[in-house]
Amino acid sequence: MTAVPLQPPRRLVSFTLDGEETRVPEGSTILDACRSAGTDIPTLCQGDTLTPKNACRVCVVEVEGARTLAPACSRRAEPGMTVRTGTERARHSRKVVLELLASSTDLSTTPRAAEWIKEYEAKPDRFGEDAARVDEQPKIDNDLYVRDYDKCILCYKCVDACGEQWQNTFAIAVSGRGFDARISTEHDAALPDSACVFCGNCIEVCPTGALSFSTEFGMRAAGTWDEPAQTQTTTVCAYCGVGCNVTLHVQDNEIVKVTSPHDNPVTHGNLCIKGRFGFQHVQNRD
Amino acid sequence: MDLRYTDAVPSDAEREAVDALLGSPPSGWEGGTERTDEDLRWARGGAAAAKDRRDQLLPALHTVNDRVGWISEGALNYICRRLTVAPAEAYGVATFYAMFSVRPRPAKVLHVCTDLACAARGSAAVSADLTDRLGPPGTPAEGAVWQESPCLGLCERAPAALLLQAGPEAPSGPDGTAAGDAPRHCAVVAPATAPALVAAARSPRDAPAEPSAAVAVPQAGDPALVLLRRVGTVDPESLDDYRATGGYSALRRAFALGPAGVIREVLDAGLVGRGGAAFPTGRKWQATAQQADGPHYLVCNADESEPGTFKDRVLMEGDPYALIEAMTIAGYAIGAQQGYIYLRGEYPRAYERLSRALTGARTRGLLGPDVLGQGYAFDIEIRRGAGAYICGEETAIFNSIEGQRGEPRSKPPFPVEKGLFGKPTAVNNVETLVNVLPILEHGAAAYAATGTETSTGTKLFCVSGQVARPGVYELPFGANLRELLDLAGPPERLRAVLLGGAAGGFVRPDELDVPLTFEGTRAAGTTLGSGVVLVLDDSVELPRVLLRIAEFFRDESCGQCVPCRVGTVRQEEALHRIVDRTGAAADEDIALMREVGQAMRDASICGLGQTAWNAVESAIDRLGVYK
Ligand code: SF4
Ligand code: SF4
Ligand code: SF4
Ligand code: FES
Ligand code: FES
Repeated sequence: MTAVPLQPPRRLVSFTLDGEETRVPEGSTILDACRSAGTDIPTLCQGDTLTPKNACRVCVVEVEGARTLAPACSRRAEPGMTVRTGTERARHSRKVVLELLASSTDLSTTPRAAEWIKEYEAKPDRFGEDAARVDEQPKIDNDLYVRDYDKCILCYKCVDACGEQWQNTFAIAVSGRGFDARISTEHDAALPDSACVFCGNCIEVCPTGALSFSTEFGMRAAGTWDEPAQTQTTTVCAYCGVGCNVTLHVQDNEIVKVTSPHDNPVTHGNLCIKGRFGFQHVQNRD
Repeated sequence: MDLRYTDAVPSDAEREAVDALLGSPPSGWEGGTERTDEDLRWARGGAAAAKDRRDQLLPALHTVNDRVGWISEGALNYICRRLTVAPAEAYGVATFYAMFSVRPRPAKVLHVCTDLACAARGSAAVSADLTDRLGPPGTPAEGAVWQESPCLGLCERAPAALLLQAGPEAPSGPDGTAAGDAPRHCAVVAPATAPALVAAARSPRDAPAEPSAAVAVPQAGDPALVLLRRVGTVDPESLDDYRATGGYSALRRAFALGPAGVIREVLDAGLVGRGGAAFPTGRKWQATAQQADGPHYLVCNADESEPGTFKDRVLMEGDPYALIEAMTIAGYAIGAQQGYIYLRGEYPRAYERLSRALTGARTRGLLGPDVLGQGYAFDIEIRRGAGAYICGEETAIFNSIEGQRGEPRSKPPFPVEKGLFGKPTAVNNVETLVNVLPILEHGAAAYAATGTETSTGTKLFCVSGQVARPGVYELPFGANLRELLDLAGPPERLRAVLLGGAAGGFVRPDELDVPLTFEGTRAAGTTLGSGVVLVLDDSVELPRVLLRIAEFFRDESCGQCVPCRVGTVRQEEALHRIVDRTGAAADEDIALMREVGQAMRDASICGLGQTAWNAVESAIDRLGVYK
């Protein structure tokens, strides 16, 4: 049985969201409030299991009286504040952020990116053919997962998951500065030479597909990746007594990747190398 | 923590340098050469110890860079072992700063400024000439390597260059000669010519000594000066001279008033921050003093890196004790026992002067456990930056001091609540702090009698570019731009004045009546910023000036948020495309920049991204550059 910890009752904060009087528990972000109100705000660097780094700025909204826009994912609702999510100013920034990202990185495997680009009428091409791009080759230095930083939006999620917030391994960090900033191990060493323990918790939180299972990477390259045809089965990892939940993604009767439910109150989507990658034996048929 | 190191080991020099800073390793776990039986029975350090010492990361990187000139894999490993820091994180920190290199390079690095004021005074020709003599930037020659640099804060002597030679600490004995490597040295060459730079690169020790800070103060000796009154007239090294000219009377008055009294006085004087944001200093202090959480910290922002700014350097070099006294007062007012001076890495002379002044003040009981016998304990530590404009942002300073990448934090929470080490912190820049002295010496009313209603006191201006007498000028608030330019000797054919630096805005020759106050410049649609007044005549090509500004922001963006990280690149690309275009041919790119600029201003995390389009916009709209 899973024990769901009971939170002490929280006070409510009331504020105005898009003209509606809204009440949310104290400590909620503007994004929380938007989601309960059914307002869709694009988000990229926000993750359900991590403290937001508010780096992508695609979720900005207008707070009355503030000089600049505020990131909905991390600004907390304050009593009496007036927030508007759909103003021209907010939409303009979201559009430009999408254009800047799509013109410099590969968003082809970022869920919903194409939809938002359309919705905001973003035109990433308008910076011209010569617009600088991140231009990275996929790093394939181990059998388990691939780092394709051409798709990386520098959301810091993998760094936070590997470091202080979950794994405490600190195998990767941001290096360099500005447009040259990259997620990297020390001296850009190959993963097997780094502190990485191959838990794959960074893959779990990566919002863009920059980090992916070697299986997925290979199948995508071969054109055989077919997500709609996949089934997902959540079960219990049998390797040790912790009993983490694993979700097996299966295509054509083969496990193609393993994720873990983020709402598990104990593991929050985290696994170790065995649960994440130790599925080969399942499909050894001889 | 899963700490894992590569096999690379430090050289003896690297190990010695780190040990000189951190002491010898207490056990094999922290990088001692051997593991004893005892080490194997007791694991020490751990996460808690790591947190305690993380703030030594930047000093440790400095110490290796100062000794060897770059940071090798072995040195980084050793630092990480000593401090229990993950190598990936330390690598991320080392690669954040422009003054560090994680690749081998010669011990001598020549930084040649190509920024705004130097460009206006011929740095392009110097660079071209230097390329002929030494090869393009980055090519090792003469045991040195030269590279283009953002503003070095020596704009009054533009074009400027700074040579830093890594090596062991200079021997102190009379006949002491260092064995092996040449000792550490730095030399300023300004104004620079290519032959002088080559000579300095060859033999830094023989480079001519830097002139006194007074040459940067054309008004030196003028009895009307308040903040600059000692610069050039009093020996900056002498505590006795400082006291003989009124030094430490303000601190005595502060003790008589008590902390709340000091804050009241500063509030009544109407002092506002001189760093650019113009926030009332007294309110910041009050808010910090009131926090129940402790300890409280005082941070002096001496990371003066806005292109065209050099006033803080002149103050620190010319009157170091004034800053120390002012910080002691500020620390007393906010209830802090520890102050930090976050000094830009490119200011070796200020570092030296301040270090000596700190020692002097400690020896005389003006810092330490019992300041002036009043039972108040306060001390100051200097932390050197390492080449990152963004570390002048008040929250980026905290990360930098704490040994993290110098990325700004998002606010709220504000520093007065959660600042350095997560504790209540007041951050003030050098000029702001020094203003506290006249306030306490003569009282709030006397102070507020100078200036205008809302901008009280005097203001320092860094006048550079095409003027006859560049330098730091001190004028009461309310003087207008014309009066300032008249003092400095304006060019015959003035084209534009850039106020506030790269993050500021241009004004036209017909706008010289703009009053140099916070409200006056704001009303005129520009900004006083940090006091930059860069004067350009019609010989400069403005599109190139704009390009340099854009390049600066692209280089200095921390890379954290998308609007700034990518926006500054797109802005620079657009300016490149239209550098020789006007009219309709430029319209499309200008429209593009407006859109990107608006998003940078609205959606960036910090002031860098928010202001990265200001100067370009004002050049387009006010000066009609591409018309
Ligand atoms: S797999 Fe785990 S240990 Fe390796 S980088 Fe990712 S989060 Fe860190
Ligand atoms: S690799 Fe993925 S999780 Fe990591 S910063 Fe890039 S996009 Fe974010
Ligand atoms: S605005 Fe620029 S400098 Fe500031 S946080 Fe964002 S990327 Fe970093
Ligand atoms: S989702 Fe809010 S800033 Fe990225
Ligand atoms: S020193 Fe060159 S611009 Fe300031």
